[in-house]
Amino acid sequence: MRRLLLILACLTAFAGPAIAADPSEMLKDPALESRAQHLGKELRCLVCQSESIEDSNADLARDLRVIVRERIQSGESDDQVMQYVVDRYGDYVLLRPPFKASTLVLWVGPFALLLAGLAAAAAFYRRRTNAAPPPPPLSAEEKRRLEALLKDHPPS
Amino acid sequence: MRRLLYLLPVAVFAVLALFFLRGLSLNPRDLPSVLIDRPVPEMALPPLPGRGPDTGLATADLKGRVSLVNIFGSWCIACVQEHPFLMRIKQSGAVPIHGIDWRDDPAEGAKWLKKNGDPYERVGADPAPGRAAIDFGVTGAPETFIVDKAGIIRYKHIGPVTREAWDKTLLPIIRELETK
Repeated sequence: MRRLLLILACLTAFAGPAIAADPSEMLKDPALESRAQHLGKELRCLVCQSESIEDSNADLARDLRVIVRERIQSGESDDQVMQYVVDRYGDYVLLRPPFKASTLVLWVGPFALLLAGLAAAAAFYRRRTNAAPPPPPLSAEEKRRLEALLKDHPPS
Repeated sequence: MRRLLYLLPVAVFAVLALFFLRGLSLNPRDLPSVLIDRPVPEMALPPLPGRGPDTGLATADLKGRVSLVNIFGSWCIACVQEHPFLMRIKQSGAVPIHGIDWRDDPAEGAKWLKKNGDPYERVGADPAPGRAAIDFGVTGAPETFIVDKAGIIRYKHIGPVTREAWDKTLLPIIRELETK
């Protein structure tokens, strides 16, 4: 059993990420191909919407993979290729939304909410510790009563 | 005043809930097109076989009149559903319709038009990888663009053109553009 698990663990260690691109689409130059795959992973497939074009089997994703590779091969920079796709499909095609005025709430919102929550919690706890000063020590009379009570009802 | 402060999380939740509720009722396929109010992309698509020598679709063909550009393909099932209505638009003479035969074998596209009727004035072949369609920001077929007299894209309709969409949205836009 343990050996089986070990074999499985070894096998999964070698399993690369699944890629939809078939070998005929891939560029011969491995450096260019890895750039193409890197860009493809950042681009949304517009048919399936939550997959990247590199992972999708949709025809449109395939077309975009081919075009991304053509543009890379023709010597365009990564930014130029991305801009080509964004010019046609808008920011929506980027799986990682760009940081700009219209997406400020998206990027900053969660952190702002977290900070507001922390500030509120801090204020709440500070107020509570300030509001309740430690009680004064017991007087001699109170101590005697406490001892009497403990004698009658010993803590179990 | 302190009491109101305790209501703040509830208010924040309500605002978020409203946003999410609206998000649920939106159709994720209705993407805003970035090409609206931009000129028709540069293209010079060859004609389909058997449709005549000068029936391909080029950028210059879309100037001078308001026109529709319809993305279709012989493989596209929703296009079959849309087709009879395009034929009726052609019969009514309301507006010229041009086609882009997207991701298709041009011979198959020509056969499909012969079988189902040909509502188009010009048809450009755009076989895979569908460069012209990608220049139009197409995400699926059918899609229909309204192009004004100056060759500027003014509206994009996603999915089959229905009687309702035509009467309520497309035709009023076309009429409006024709007066300009």
